[in-house]
Amino acid sequence: MPIEFRTASTFSDAAGLIAGDRTARLLSGGTLIMRDINEGRLTDGLILRLVDPAYRQINLSGRVELGAGVTMAAILKRRELAYLHAPAQAIGGPAVRNMASIGGNLFAESPYGDFTVALLALDAQVMVMQGFGAPRAVPLEEFLAGRARGGQGLVTAVQFAPPQNAADFRFRKVSRVRPKGLAVLSVAAHLPMSGGRVSGARVAFGAMAPVPMRAKAVERVLEGKALDAAAITAARAAAAEGIRPVTDAIASEWYRREVLPVHLARLLSGQD
Amino acid sequence: MAKIPVQFRLNGSDRAAFVGPSDNLLTLLRRGLNDFGPKYGCGQGTCGTCTVLVDGDLQLSCLTLAATCEGKHVETVSGMAEGPVLHPLQQAFMDHFAAQCGFCTPGMLTAAKALLAANPNPTRAEVIDGISGNICRCTGYDAIIEAILAAARGGQAKRTY
Repeated sequence: MPIEFRTASTFSDAAGLIAGDRTARLLSGGTLIMRDINEGRLTDGLILRLVDPAYRQINLSGRVELGAGVTMAAILKRRELAYLHAPAQAIGGPAVRNMASIGGNLFAESPYGDFTVALLALDAQVMVMQGFGAPRAVPLEEFLAGRARGGQGLVTAVQFAPPQNAADFRFRKVSRVRPKGLAVLSVAAHLPMSGGRVSGARVAFGAMAPVPMRAKAVERVLEGKALDAAAITAARAAAAEGIRPVTDAIASEWYRREVLPVHLARLLSGQD
Repeated sequence: MAKIPVQFRLNGSDRAAFVGPSDNLLTLLRRGLNDFGPKYGCGQGTCGTCTVLVDGDLQLSCLTLAATCEGKHVETVSGMAEGPVLHPLQQAFMDHFAAQCGFCTPGMLTAAKALLAANPNPTRAEVIDGISGNICRCTGYDAIIEAILAAARGGQAKRTY
């Protein structure tokens, strides 16, 4: 069966089509699917476009809800989302940022997917619609663990609580080419402070495993500590726990392991 | 599978075509409509030489499904000059020797046009970000950056964008 193209006008139409057709793939910005088509990896199945206006909606009242079709450029236009500007700016050049969506980024293979690293450090939930029911919230970490299996349904949106203090959220992407290049690695950290101590640390790495991962060992050593030299030294020592970086055209596994603690420490100490 | 009819504006003219369900916009422009301005470089969104404007937004035509362009306005580098009169950016690229092999130039000019439309007086850093999705393997970028800054400084440039 060759490629078939259809347009769905509502979430439930799209979710129904996806539930009924194992080959269906949702075309969002196109930066992943069109590449697979151009390179001959995707030759069959249903390509579905969703034109529901809610797919591209940003809702900032209370918990932040970003429609899965919200582009990186749309995030960069919202001052209220300033803490997400660094990860949005880290995705491609201006044309890619006009196209690439946050929903698509959840499916980007390593070393892509830097925006998802930021969402992981915000403890985001993915809203997934399976068949015709209401969307259900899936923790992002769980969603990423099941991503390779596929068949999770339609991603309608991403939700998270915004950081109380934007300065508590930090992001860094390391690439060899500036201003745009693939990730050697990326790091995001949400470190809410309570009485001068970290309370509820969330740290995430990109390009350190097949999917973006939580750095739970780093979170543990930072929890309850002031963000001082001793804590940063402990975080450096814990950085490599559980990582499984790969060797690719950008960096070797060895190099990624070597530089991860350095960049983590720079992020934590606020160095450029 | 049947071909899909698409009607859209290309550089100000109404165009209609039949496209395959997996055809990208670049293929439609080059093979279907004989607009050879945008080039096919990498096919994966890395090089930027296929860059066009869709409803005023910079997009990569090789990553845009042609069937989604129904009712849109697509602008390519081919629409920049008015007859024999070059667009100020094109003139600045010539004046500053900003093209060598020329393969990146369609994308560079289009990216520069979008940048100046949004930001008529960019800093050098903003110009660099504006063309960061476009790879040039000849010039070392400096001549291109200078050309865009010069076009931005020119009074005519501001009026045209």
